[in-house]
Amino acid sequence: MTQLPDYREPWWQRWTGLLGEPRRRWRAMDDQQRRQARIVLRALLVAVVVYISWPLALLVVAIIAAQYAKPRIPARYAWASRALIPTLILVVAVTYPFYVSNLHAMRLFGAFPDVNTAVIMGVYVIMAIGLNIVVGYAGLLDLGYVAFYAMGAYTCAWFASVQFAKHHINFGAVGVAPNTPGIHISIWILVLLAGILTAIIGIVIGLPTLRLRGDYLAIVTLGFGEILPQVANNGDSLGGFNLTNGPNGITPIDAPGIGNVSFQTGYNSFFTGPRLYFWFVLVLVMITVFCSLRLRDSRLGRAWIAIREDETAAAAMGVPLMRTKTWAYATGAFFGGVAGAYFASFKSSTFPNDFNFNISAFILSMVILGGMGNVWGVIFGAAFLAYLNQEGLANIGHQLNQTFGTHLDVPLYQFGIYGAIIVLTMLIRPEGLIPSARRQAELHEGVADEPLYDVQHE
Amino acid sequence: MPAIGFLLVALLLVWLGINLVKTPADFASVGLEGLTLGLVYGLIALGYSLVYGILELINFAHGDVFMLGSWISLSVAVHQIGLSSSSSGFAVVWGLALTLLVAMAFCGILNVTIERLAYRPLRNAPRLAPLITAIGMSFILQDVGLNRLGPAPVSVPNILPTGAVFSIGGNQYRWASLIVALSTFPVLFLLIWLVQRTRQGKAMRATAQDQEAAAMMGINVNRTISFTFLIAGALAGVAGLLYALYSTNIRYDQGFQLGLIAFTAAVLGGIGNLPGAVLGAILIGLIQQFNEGLSWHAPSSQWTQSIVFAILILILVFRPEGLLGERTPEGG
Repeated sequence: MTQLPDYREPWWQRWTGLLGEPRRRWRAMDDQQRRQARIVLRALLVAVVVYISWPLALLVVAIIAAQYAKPRIPARYAWASRALIPTLILVVAVTYPFYVSNLHAMRLFGAFPDVNTAVIMGVYVIMAIGLNIVVGYAGLLDLGYVAFYAMGAYTCAWFASVQFAKHHINFGAVGVAPNTPGIHISIWILVLLAGILTAIIGIVIGLPTLRLRGDYLAIVTLGFGEILPQVANNGDSLGGFNLTNGPNGITPIDAPGIGNVSFQTGYNSFFTGPRLYFWFVLVLVMITVFCSLRLRDSRLGRAWIAIREDETAAAAMGVPLMRTKTWAYATGAFFGGVAGAYFASFKSSTFPNDFNFNISAFILSMVILGGMGNVWGVIFGAAFLAYLNQEGLANIGHQLNQTFGTHLDVPLYQFGIYGAIIVLTMLIRPEGLIPSARRQAELHEGVADEPLYDVQHE
Repeated sequence: MPAIGFLLVALLLVWLGINLVKTPADFASVGLEGLTLGLVYGLIALGYSLVYGILELINFAHGDVFMLGSWISLSVAVHQIGLSSSSSGFAVVWGLALTLLVAMAFCGILNVTIERLAYRPLRNAPRLAPLITAIGMSFILQDVGLNRLGPAPVSVPNILPTGAVFSIGGNQYRWASLIVALSTFPVLFLLIWLVQRTRQGKAMRATAQDQEAAAMMGINVNRTISFTFLIAGALAGVAGLLYALYSTNIRYDQGFQLGLIAFTAAVLGGIGNLPGAVLGAILIGLIQQFNEGLSWHAPSSQWTQSIVFAILILILVFRPEGLLGERTPEGG
């Protein structure tokens, strides 16, 4: 396709098209040039990571090497080539609490995240994978994902705290003195229960709204995402009944436990509380990743992808639209609920103010940055952004202030930075940092700064 | 399904009727305030409707453009010109006229730049792509607002006279409200004239119907879309000034909240339909004020947002084309 000069654009507007320039260049390259460019870009990436921290660079190099090795492993050992990178990442993650204190601080980013931050990162990874099922697989933009997170958190709070003090129920809860008022059920049951309840809420929300077109659906989900926290906020006297304790939130919430070891106290200096929380969030992440990958390749998952790519064609091929979309919604909601419940138990509190639109958009930007539709990309995006949110940005701001003697107040710029991440990713690399091949092909179809008189794709 | 919809509307009417009988004076004055607020919402809703009509894009950043319109109005009128509650009538008229021009120009150009920067490169991408960048732009603008205005609400002096025009049963209707309500009318008529009667308006309607066909007829589609964003931005600027004068209180996140309310209004009236946007906005303004001002079984202001969103959801479920809309949204 020849690129016609965009001669109608006035000169003073031309600079605004610069963001589209890298994509135009990339599209103009042939395969040979792209391969070379890829090598240069990877070398650049490694160089930057080496500058930041060499142990991290080791991991990046290992992953890139494993990727190069993958096609060279004989087909007989296909399982090994598939398991290579996940095993590598898993080993690094599981042993993380042992060596984190020995790591030198990163340049620019400051210290490596401690185990507590890692737990939060894990929770966000679960949520992002859940949202990825809705947005990445089924292509339904959900701007109210925080509603599911809130639902999970409140489910956990109701059944594992002193909120309903009239009852005296204790079912498997660890570390709760006998005769404590309120309902206390084991967190592990609650995590599952929260997931199921949230999935049901997802179906209830989804049934009337999922027949709407994409952008209307986005707004309706946003509406639900705003209504639920407001209900939580005003829920201290719903007809005289104190459901959510209003703006004061519900706190404390029981900690999970195994046998009679509560995660709050830990077992000994090896199995400390934060480490237990961390390992069990890893287990949850693994289950989530496993479900997500298996679902993607299942009949249902292929139906989701078909709907995402062309709803009309999918319907013509006999994919039941409503049922398939509702399943995507319910599955996404399930993981949101699980993550919410575990997080509430970890923080030991839940407040209505934790659940505003910013969280929904934050999780969405994790999915977009990482790569819609690709679980590995989403894991990376979620872990990275959650880290930035928890520690990274503050550290960077601190470093910048020290180096240049400025007085930047990072929280003031936080959401501008997330906004810029969303916009730049969509413009420069809409398939995300670690794309799924299929999604990439879809997004590249006719995405460019082309004049309108070319063929128009839907 | 339609039966449930009618039942809900009937319940709403019964509730309003009982309130009217119980406290007629309150009802009338609250209704007037609702009308005023609705007209301001209408200006914002028109921006959503215009852009949706031409691009089928929910311009998420529009509410934040409106918020920055409030900010620039505040900084021009109060900090640069120095208007205050004790300024003379002459100074107020000219100062506000100048502020209005600056706010319109600022918001219009801002909106055009956003379109060029974030939406045009994605014109042929899947539909969700520009919606996502719109959210990103909204975040960026909100952050600019946060840096300019700070996290707390900023109060605007009572530049407009606050005396009562008339009072109904002890409830005053202020001059400020009347002036704000009346100033929206010329803007609305100008807009209708622009869209219905001018060549540029014709180009806008043609582009909204079919971009390719419009391009073949020699319409510069990109410029028409830019022009639409300019108009929408200018409306947001007017709304920003009027809202700052009316509520005398601006916040960095008002764009998000009022933007969603205005979007609901646009959907209620039928998105893409300009008279519908104004009608929907007036209804939403009335509902909001009735909810906050009436005494008999009114849920009060802490539920306003939930009610507005519930309306949005109900409308989308029962009548997605809105009150006045046709099934295919078209501008004009």
